[in-house]
Amino acid sequence: MLNIFSLFRAMPGSVAQGLIWGIMALGVYLTYKILNFADLTVDGSLATGGAVAVMLILNGCPPAAALAVSFAAGVLAGLITAFLHTALGISDILAGILTQIALYSINLNIMGKSNQAISVDNFNLIVSLRYIPLSIIITIIFLIVIIGIMYWYFGTEQGFTIRATGCNPNMAKAQGINTNVAKVLALAISNGLVALAGGLYAQYQGNADVNMGRGAIVIGLAAVIIGEVLGEAIFRKHLNFIARLVFVVIGAIIYYLVICFVLWLKLPQENLKLFSAIVVAIFLAVPYLKGKSKNSFKKSAKNGGAASC
Amino acid sequence: MLVLNQVHKTFNIGTINEKPALRGVSLTLNDGDFVTVIGGNGAGKSTMLNAVAGVWPIDQGSISIDGIDVTGLPEYKRAKYLGRVFQDPMTGTAATMEIQENLALAARRGQKRGLKWGITKAEREKYHEILKELDLGLEERMSSKVGLLSGGQRQALTLLMAALQKPKVLLLDEHTAALDPKTAAKVLELSDKIIAENHLTAMMVTHNMRDAIAHGNRLIMMNEGQVALDISGDEKKSLTVEDLLMKFEQASGETFDDDKALLSK
Repeated sequence: MLNIFSLFRAMPGSVAQGLIWGIMALGVYLTYKILNFADLTVDGSLATGGAVAVMLILNGCPPAAALAVSFAAGVLAGLITAFLHTALGISDILAGILTQIALYSINLNIMGKSNQAISVDNFNLIVSLRYIPLSIIITIIFLIVIIGIMYWYFGTEQGFTIRATGCNPNMAKAQGINTNVAKVLALAISNGLVALAGGLYAQYQGNADVNMGRGAIVIGLAAVIIGEVLGEAIFRKHLNFIARLVFVVIGAIIYYLVICFVLWLKLPQENLKLFSAIVVAIFLAVPYLKGKSKNSFKKSAKNGGAASC
Repeated sequence: MLVLNQVHKTFNIGTINEKPALRGVSLTLNDGDFVTVIGGNGAGKSTMLNAVAGVWPIDQGSISIDGIDVTGLPEYKRAKYLGRVFQDPMTGTAATMEIQENLALAARRGQKRGLKWGITKAEREKYHEILKELDLGLEERMSSKVGLLSGGQRQALTLLMAALQKPKVLLLDEHTAALDPKTAAKVLELSDKIIAENHLTAMMVTHNMRDAIAHGNRLIMMNEGQVALDISGDEKKSLTVEDLLMKFEQASGETFDDDKALLSK
């Protein structure tokens, strides 16, 4: 029997998860939407962030400082992808995949084994699923600061160079912008955010796992796309940059609420990733199919046929 | 001053598609020169402009702008000296950015870009004035995305952007070819105005012989990767399309083979 109360009980946890993954989704938004770069590094850098945070905390580092190091580790991961792409000419997707695979080994080396537990009983963790309301508040504070910084940064001259590079690299170069530098900056910041989310998530769930980032890019894309579709439906043309960022986070929360619902329906857990992929595929396809339905051969045949009778 | 000295460029060297595009182009533009460039398909007109802009490195020769040797500088570093407008109206602007943001990007061409605001209030007022002069109503749409503009509006904006930070040389690469005749005429008129008002040195590639004759103080015709004709002064002023075709035949020993140019005379 399905119990509706168990669904409600699970929802705050999903919101907390969604908020933490929202930080990660902001990183994906930066590369996928602003820089127009499909960066698959994130599956690796998320786990790197988790591994670094957990190992540092286990060795006596304050959890907040550990998060800062997680961010730095993510920046490094992003720099590697940027190097493969800009200096060695490897395509964006492949550069990301190479870094992601390399990070799997590096993450194992950082942790010494595939999983490291960390208990909120022994350490003063920043967030934990044992204290969900507090975790939600703290993560929201993180998000306010991050969105504020992103809003400011993309209004600066340097932020403009990243936006121009993502929109039209030829124009950017003609305006004297070093597009490689712009890519390096964006990939570094993006993966820094992703690793920060990884560090928070490891603390939240009480362990870091070498596989914790598997499929992260899909969740990030899901959040970005769900957020965008929803934001544009509500605000139409008035969706400004800060609202877009907020909607990315809302997208991540919705994603986890849907997952929560699926789990509540007692659908088999091993199909979760299949389900995620289908959700993202649908959201990616909708704008395309919508455009096609307005402008299709079928429709013109129908209209032509109607006129001739 | 722009100097091209014996510039050579061959594409796809060592492959079946090997194509010598520039075969020793030498050309000197004096300050204030407005040169129109014509030539048949594949004569090397756009290639020459791209060589100056540094889209790719040249094989041989040298290019200097205002006495500075730029042969070894990549595109984004040369941009400091150059204003550019392209054939495709999509190329010159960032579609997902606002009109005023595009102008702000262009205003910082050649400058270091740090963590200062990408656009200031004073700039917004300045751009409002400049756009008002353009008389396309863009001053009321400064925060609209450039992607919403028509091709002609985009080219006009790109022209403004090219002149915002006064370039040593303005490169116009068939910048009216993708526009309808009426819009093309307007954009050409604006080009003349901007070049005259800012005393710019400019090079304009065109397929239209009449435009090439009517604009600028000097005309060069290219053929097979070289400058075949160089006409300036009074000779340029009294030039007709027939003169030009005849001179081309004399200079190159073959007939002019550009259908598009002939049709548009």
